[in-house]
Amino acid sequence: MAEIGSFALLLALALSVYTFVAGIVALAFQKQTPQPAPQSGSQITHRSGASASVNDSSLVALLRRGSERIGETARRAGIATFAAVFLAAVVLVLCAFRDDFSIAYIFHHSNRDLSGPYKFAVLWSGQEGSLLFWSLLLAAYGFVLRLRYKTDPRLFAYASVVLAGVQIFFLMLVNFAANPFGILEGPLRPDGSGLNPLLQYPEMVIHPPMLYLGYVGFTVPFAFALGALIMKYPGEKWIHITRRWTMVTWAFLTCGVFLGAHWAYSVLGWGGYWGWDPVENASLMPWLTGTAFLHSVMMQEKRGMLKMWNMWLVFATFWLAILGTFLTRSGIISSVHAFAQSSIGGWFAWFLALSFVVFVFFFFKNKSHLISEHKLESLMSRESSFLFNNLLFVLLCFTVLWGTWFPKISELVQGNKVTVGGPFYNRVAIPVALLLLILTAIGPLLAWRKTSLESLKRNFLWPTVGAIAVAIFLMLTPQKWGAPFGLKPWQDIAYFYSLMAIGLSVLVTLTVASEFYRGGRVISKHTGQNMFASMVQLTHRNTRRYGGYIVHFGVVVVIIGFAGSAFNQDKEMEMKSGDKLTIGAYTLVCRSSTEDDNPNYFSQWAILDVYKGGKQIDAMTPERRFYHASQQTSTMPFIRSTLNEDLYLVFEGVNQDNGRPILRAHLNPLVMWVWMGVWIILGGTILALVPNAPAPVRVPAPARLQQQAQPAPVATGD
Amino acid sequence: MSASKGSITNLNPKTKSIHRTLSAAKALLLCAAVFALLGAGDPATRFSEIGHRMMCVCGCNQILLECNHVGCPDSDGMRNELMASVSRGDSDSLVEQGFVQKYGPTVLAAPTMKGFDRMAYILPLVALFLGFGLVVTIVRTWKNRPAPAIAGGLRPVRGAELEQFRDQAGKETDL
Repeated sequence: MAEIGSFALLLALALSVYTFVAGIVALAFQKQTPQPAPQSGSQITHRSGASASVNDSSLVALLRRGSERIGETARRAGIATFAAVFLAAVVLVLCAFRDDFSIAYIFHHSNRDLSGPYKFAVLWSGQEGSLLFWSLLLAAYGFVLRLRYKTDPRLFAYASVVLAGVQIFFLMLVNFAANPFGILEGPLRPDGSGLNPLLQYPEMVIHPPMLYLGYVGFTVPFAFALGALIMKYPGEKWIHITRRWTMVTWAFLTCGVFLGAHWAYSVLGWGGYWGWDPVENASLMPWLTGTAFLHSVMMQEKRGMLKMWNMWLVFATFWLAILGTFLTRSGIISSVHAFAQSSIGGWFAWFLALSFVVFVFFFFKNKSHLISEHKLESLMSRESSFLFNNLLFVLLCFTVLWGTWFPKISELVQGNKVTVGGPFYNRVAIPVALLLLILTAIGPLLAWRKTSLESLKRNFLWPTVGAIAVAIFLMLTPQKWGAPFGLKPWQDIAYFYSLMAIGLSVLVTLTVASEFYRGGRVISKHTGQNMFASMVQLTHRNTRRYGGYIVHFGVVVVIIGFAGSAFNQDKEMEMKSGDKLTIGAYTLVCRSSTEDDNPNYFSQWAILDVYKGGKQIDAMTPERRFYHASQQTSTMPFIRSTLNEDLYLVFEGVNQDNGRPILRAHLNPLVMWVWMGVWIILGGTILALVPNAPAPVRVPAPARLQQQAQPAPVATGD
Repeated sequence: MSASKGSITNLNPKTKSIHRTLSAAKALLLCAAVFALLGAGDPATRFSEIGHRMMCVCGCNQILLECNHVGCPDSDGMRNELMASVSRGDSDSLVEQGFVQKYGPTVLAAPTMKGFDRMAYILPLVALFLGFGLVVTIVRTWKNRPAPAIAGGLRPVRGAELEQFRDQAGKETDL
């Protein structure tokens, strides 16, 4: 089996190299020969000699036909690459299910008693497998792209070459630096070392694929952008083509980032979901630049502006995804998450440098092609709000990048490492995030080109009054009502930030609601429909805009969830049967503690009855496991989630002297809002992907009226 | 007070609006500063605050008060030391200095505001101000550019050109 897998990977590499080289040759020849008259995509690629322009010399026609055939073979080789990589991935998964411990990767990441879904997840659980999985996803994206080439054969051919270039790098890695089919030296082992216990959690079966779909997916818009730059593609069509790719990719990355946060919350047992670890930062950086790109790309689509900036943003997103992989796998920056450290860091460093040089070369060579078509007309415009929005997103990304690298930089400059953890990011990133929230509230109220101060005041007044009223209410209410009430900002800076975050979230919600209301009212007036039906129709007419607003609302819900962390409480206690632990409004009574053993792991857990207001409302069973194969321990916190708060219970271990369990209870307010917000974000993104409803039928004005109107042109006003 | 009110009254509406905005911003900053200075200082709060600014040194990369390893060789001792220092009434900086001397600079969860460590905070701030300055400059420069003059004044727009303008209006108004 290992030989089949290795052969499939070599074949995939050969096919990718062919796709790349033949693609370049075909494009070079096509560039040399004159362009034929515009025809449909299929006609261009499958044009017969008879339909060639009669003015073409026979040599030129021959060259063109030849280059088209070479281009077609390159496209097919690209499709075949997917088949080869897919075969390699299937072989690796089969080896995991067959417990083939002659393969080093399977031996190190699986064992006989591992359950089926985790054996499947072995594919991305280690260094070599995850690189193969990365290659597979890239090949899959390439497969779809090459099948859809008829949309614009020439642009797709350029994008296909760029994708093939990236594919070659990853296939070289899995063939020569981190081969997943490497054979284990020495005698055949009866059982494997097992999967890392931290990865034996249901979300690990979906979190890495989602994250990788996001990381890898940003290669596609980058490939189109670079292709468009190289060929000096006229207009913004490449942006229209990649819009859906970018949004889908962004949704995958969002999903991956938050699934990772949920996994950390549910498995690591420290009571939080985000620790500003370098691996977490690595996933956040491309998300930030990708989000900035999703906003600024609208300026290029609608106003033909920010072309150079967008080019850099899409490159930065792609580059940061690779940089994140470099950070987590090179061992250059220490991280508790860095599950796979090896010598492949050098490969990544070279690839990062090479991709940067290639991009910069083509950018400066063809940047004259990226001149803006329009200029900004006012500071009070949608355009300038996008500029500030982009500035803040990029600044947040820079802060995260700077914080991630600072320990290394400090070591180089002053000879000693420093820690850059949560307190640093809270101090630097939260104020920027709050500014961004203000822009999220203001942005939708600004019109393209120019907005009058009066109009802004009119639209902004009631949402502002509402937000201030809610903030005052939260300040005046007693803390015993639970989070987020009783937010006295003078007591703690965390309360100040929470109050600001919730107040601004209300502001954003009200501005979004007012946008729906105003649009719905207009439709309702014209059609006589009720308000809800009018708002549904409004959304259907411009799904992108209103889907975007729903995404903003989802972000607001997530932010409210984050704001709840200011009220987190925790308590630790050694408990024997009958002991009580009180936290917030809850009283936990230890009923018993017990142990169990199965072939995969030995477990200890406690049973606790949960009381609230003197009434039993639940029983909780936090657990701690010891995995036999890997000889590692893992906690399985028990989380009781409600809309108000999470009661989070961790079985920390047993006191060796008296055998009593040690338990830690966390009370984390509003955490469920974070996960709810993500669902809303995904719902908004899906809505934004739905095609718009057709525009209402336009009834032409009677000819007589047109004639009357013609002699007196009406000024457009200011 | 009345003088400043009088001076504002004499200004044009645009300048008055700027004055009002500036005054509101000043009041907001003042409130924020007052809130920040009114932080509670009881030992339990100080223990929690300082403990959340430190790392456990066992290698788990967790905040000292969040380290959840039973049998961790370091966190219990460190928490006891911290409690003792806070109970003695040592200032925050003295407590932190003592921990840095004993466990090294990595015990602090964030860079200090001394020496090169300050760069960690300064650079993002510099980037923020430079970025804002740059965006404002770009907007102003573009805004102040004279509009291209149309020879012959306004003219009626028809046919394909009208459709083009309609498309543009549609794009720019999102309707």
